[in-house]
This record gives sequence, structure tokens and C-alpha cells, in this order.
Amino acid sequence: MVMRRVVVTGMGAVSPYGQGVDLLNDSLMAGKSGITECPELTAMDGVRSHVAGMVKNIDPKTVPRKYRRSMSSMSIFSVIACQEAIESSGLSPDCCSSEDMGIVLGSTITSTDTFINFFDDYFVKKNMENMRSTLFFKLMNHSCAFNVSQVLGIKGRVIAPSAACSTGCQSVGIGYEMIAFGKQDYMLCGGADEFHPLTTMSFDLINAASTGYNSSPSKTPKPFDRDRDGMVCSEGCGILLLESLESAKARGADILAEVVGFSSTSNPENIANPNAESLIPCMKRALSDAGLEPGDIDYVNAHATGTVQGDIEECNAVFEVFGGDTPVSSLKGHLGHTMAASGSLELIASINMMRKKTVIPTLNLENIDDLCKKLFLLQNTEEIEIEYLLKNNFALGGVNSSLILRSYKE
Amino acid sequence: MTNDEIIRTINEALAREFELENDKMVPEATLFDALELDSLDMVDMVIVLENAFKFKITEEEEIRGIRTLGDIHSFVIKKSDQIRKESK
Repeated sequence: MVMRRVVVTGMGAVSPYGQGVDLLNDSLMAGKSGITECPELTAMDGVRSHVAGMVKNIDPKTVPRKYRRSMSSMSIFSVIACQEAIESSGLSPDCCSSEDMGIVLGSTITSTDTFINFFDDYFVKKNMENMRSTLFFKLMNHSCAFNVSQVLGIKGRVIAPSAACSTGCQSVGIGYEMIAFGKQDYMLCGGADEFHPLTTMSFDLINAASTGYNSSPSKTPKPFDRDRDGMVCSEGCGILLLESLESAKARGADILAEVVGFSSTSNPENIANPNAESLIPCMKRALSDAGLEPGDIDYVNAHATGTVQGDIEECNAVFEVFGGDTPVSSLKGHLGHTMAASGSLELIASINMMRKKTVIPTLNLENIDDLCKKLFLLQNTEEIEIEYLLKNNFALGGVNSSLILRSYKE
Repeated sequence: MTNDEIIRTINEALAREFELENDKMVPEATLFDALELDSLDMVDMVIVLENAFKFKITEEEEIRGIRTLGDIHSFVIKKSDQIRKESK
């Protein structure tokens, strides 16, 4: 079987900065933080982390009520991002009208706010007479994917992987494989999540959330930094539109990058703590999938959330695979951890870095942890020619993923 | 509540729930075509009316015959009359 080459021709983003890929990229390049104080966390007894990266300036009413009635906010983010991805790809709005266009889009959990509303009726009021007909649609695990497919009229595959922080990266990898194998011609790929204090509280409980910067939110998280104290939960949606190279060339599309390698592996030893031993084969298998050697990679966009243990394990793994000369940075210092959206949002930013030949350093990395110093961790913006980059994402539950992009050349 | 007050209450409740424009809220407006509602909305419409008028109509056979906004007005006015008479 001949594998088709797969390229990225469209992107869409909803991030803690707001709506749009340009806003995401400009804010990252300018070194802006998307993290603010979260009043809901501050008001809650027993929660030590009071910061989050929440989406701003979105108008849900841009989605018609007929569709919006079955959506929680993560589906609204998804629709907005997918519409931008299609528009930026130059495909006509009727591109979804055949079974050749599919979508692979997942989230970490379902809509907690919707569940709370349901359980308020169920447990507190003990009265279900107000339950709306579309409530369950907001709670289904494939809510983002099917809601987008309804709005856009997608007739191909609708797939909703759920692998927490690996979801976005996995989705792009799955879409890449489907197009490479000729099963779909176009795929909207990514992850989405909406913020709820439950997520922060869960990480706070296992001592993985940042608690020491509540009065200076923009100073956290601090991936790789000596004084990092945990991750910051955020929300958003990142979408990459993938298609076959031959399709993109035939229609004269602006090709943003090529997807050349993907791997996803599991660490069955621990549900919460990543370890280098499981991350190394994930990156190596992605390299093998792409037919590359470690020395071919010009930049690693790390998962690095700012947790004490996770950052060190990723450093050890990246050093083992690439040595200490490959530039590495994490975007979590800017965005916090956008969970299921993190892989795809950070891929969008990585593609921009590749195209601008400018690599963004890790925000809030002031004093590199001694245990991370063996890597070439960027603290300043650097002009770097990137032919190949590798993106990592590692999730609770032990799901690892690595994806390799190539700067497109004929 | 007068009939005019009933009609106003219905229109306001449905406009709020389904984001309907006021100029479309005429008695002859068909629910599926003119107001672009569907079967799921009809389920929610019953809930909205029950909340607005504090009565139970989910099991009423007559609801299945409702086609226009005017049909809803007539149904609720009739139902309200019936409840008033029963309470005397």
C-alpha cells in the first residue's frame, strides 16, 4: 500500500488569549501570559491553587441557537476553531458535503457545569421537571465532535478520542494516519476542553497544581524552573485541518507544514506520574515512523507543564533521545495547560515558529532547575531554521504521544 | 390573568427560550416552518409553558395537535379557564 503524504492547510484556535490563530501566535511571540486569578477557585475552601487560563471574549451567539442548544462551552470553542480552520484553508464552505471530510476531536472530560446543573435538580431540588431535551447531548463523550459535524455538515468519520492531555496530539496523529492510508481526504483534528475548578482541584489534591503564585498569576506555571510548583489548568480548542499533499497541491493551497511521524504509547506503571522509561520509546517510535534520526530534529516542543516530577522525567527522556544540543521549550508558561487542547494549540504555535524561523522560549523560566540543565532550554527568543520539529504530550492515565512536523518543501 | 396577559406571557417565555424575534411572534406563525422549531424544541416548549403557568400539560393529548403560535395561545387560555373553573 502506498502511503499518501499528509499536510496541514488550515488552523483554528480558541485559547486563553481569545479567538483566533493570529491572536494566539502574536500573544505567544510577545511573551504574554494567559493566566489570571480565578475567583471561583479563590472562593472555595480547601483549594490552594487560585489561578487559571480562561478563554476571553468569545460570543457564543455566533453559533445559531438550533446548534448551540446541545453545546457546552467546549463545543462552542470547537465550532469557532473549526470554522477558522476551514476558512484559512481556502476550502469552500461546502467542502464538508461529501464523506471525504471527517473530524477527530476529543476532550478530557465532559461538561462539568452541565453535570452540576443536572445534579442540582436531581439531588438538591429532587425535581427533574426542568430538564431540557438537549442536556444529554452536552454530556456525551463525543459532544465536541458531533456538534461540529452538525454545524458544518460533516458527513465523513466522526471520531472522539479521549486521552486527557494527549488528546489533541493523538487526534492529529489519528487524522494523519487516516489520510495517509487513504481512508479520508480531509480531517479536522484537535482537542478541546472547558475550564472547571474540578480539574484544578484534582491536580491540587495530588500536589501537581501551582499554589505559590496566586497573587502574581502571570508568573506561573514555570516549566523547567527551579522554583516551579505545578501546573495551571486552562481551556480552549486547537484545530488543524489535514489533507493529502496531492489534494493540497491540486487546489493550490497554502501548505503550512507536513506531518511526517506519529507515535502513541502507554505507561502502564503509574496513572499519574510520567517516567522517562516510557517517554523515550514514544519519541523513538515517532522518529522511526518518520524515517528520521534524532539529529534530524531541530526543535522539541515539550509537554512540560511545570510539575516538579513531570518536567524532570521529560528532560531525562529528551536528553536520552536527542542529547543536549537540540533547542527545547514549552508553551505552558504562556498558556497554562489547556488539557485536551494543549497538543493541537501548541502544534499550531510550533508551525508558526517553523514558518517564522523564530522559536519562542519558555515563559517564566528564570532559573533553570539543576536537573534540567543538561538540555538546551531556550530562555530567549531565537532565530532557528526548523526543518523538523517534534511535539510531545503526556497524559494522566499513562498515555504518551509524540508527533513530528516537517517544514514543507516540494 | 387576562387573555392578553396570557398571550404576552407565552410570547415572552417562548421568545426567551428559543431566541425568537418579536416580529415573528404572530398567532398564525407555524412552529416548525415560521419559527423554525423542531421536535426537541416541542419537548422544551412544554417545560417552558409548565413553568410559566404552574400547570402540568405533558400528558395532554391536545398538545400533539398544536401547529401554530395561535394554537398555543388558545390551548393555554382554555387550560387556564378549566383550572379556574375547577378551583371554584
